[in-house]
Amino acid sequence: MSQRLVNWFKFASPASFYPLAGKAWPWFAALAAALGAAGLWISFFVAPTDFQQGEGYRIIFIHVPASWMSMFIYCVMAFWAAIGITFNTRLSGMMSSALAPTGALFAFISLWTGALWGKPMWGAWWVWDARLTSELILFFLYLGYIALTAAIDDPRRADKAGAIVALVGVVNVPIIYFSVKWWNTLHQGASVSMTKAPSMATTMLWGMLIMALAFWMYSIAMALYRVRAIILERERHATWVSELPEMQR
Amino acid sequence: MNWGSASEFFAMGGYGLYVWGSFGVTAAALLIETLLARKRFADTRGVLRRELSANRDTQG
Repeated sequence: MSQRLVNWFKFASPASFYPLAGKAWPWFAALAAALGAAGLWISFFVAPTDFQQGEGYRIIFIHVPASWMSMFIYCVMAFWAAIGITFNTRLSGMMSSALAPTGALFAFISLWTGALWGKPMWGAWWVWDARLTSELILFFLYLGYIALTAAIDDPRRADKAGAIVALVGVVNVPIIYFSVKWWNTLHQGASVSMTKAPSMATTMLWGMLIMALAFWMYSIAMALYRVRAIILERERHATWVSELPEMQR
Repeated sequence: MNWGSASEFFAMGGYGLYVWGSFGVTAAALLIETLLARKRFADTRGVLRRELSANRDTQG
């Protein structure tokens, strides 16, 4: 038991996480590429034409996974924020700031593909609907986190301030998720739910799940890659950084 | 297989603009993020390498 605790905390130090992340990210990137290729193949060549929306529905294969990812990444950021505030670990803040740009990107993709889907199906690029508005707020929360942490010079104080935004903002995630139930919205309900059978063809569902996995792997690879740059930026004066093989001439 | 020809594939049953606008922008966004992350890492490593090398030179 104590042995496991020791090992666990070992990886919470930037000096041991840096090489670990360096070894791990290429694997996640390779998985993302393979799953992405499989997902795209299913999206365009296996999944049948929708009887109501024709070929236009194929936007679902990025819209839904990107929206899931944008909500999930925010929850992970809030998790790291809570760890950082509780245990005062340096790596937590670095993980949060490594995740924020990717989360913002997926929120943007969710809004963008939603607009391109809304226009042909609803006749409007945008409506002030509960689901759309709360997702827009999520996008602004990401931008707010990035702007706030970038505006504070001392990285430890920036982490603290960012952690507050992440923790307060996380209440928005269940609001997005349940918005289609709580309010009368134009947006359709959940396509996949835990309690009942999915309301779509099996191949469509598989395409969506594989694309979601591809986005997961992409996000993990990107967060690990970016956190290495952040570790180098913040630990630049540490001896272990100067001893890294990539720092030698 | 859903498509009779390449032009049918690109037309997406009349939804080409919307479908390709979604997939295209997503691909571009992920690509740009990847390139920016690579640049950030390379820039940081470059600056640190130069600093360390200058320190080694002054310390003899």
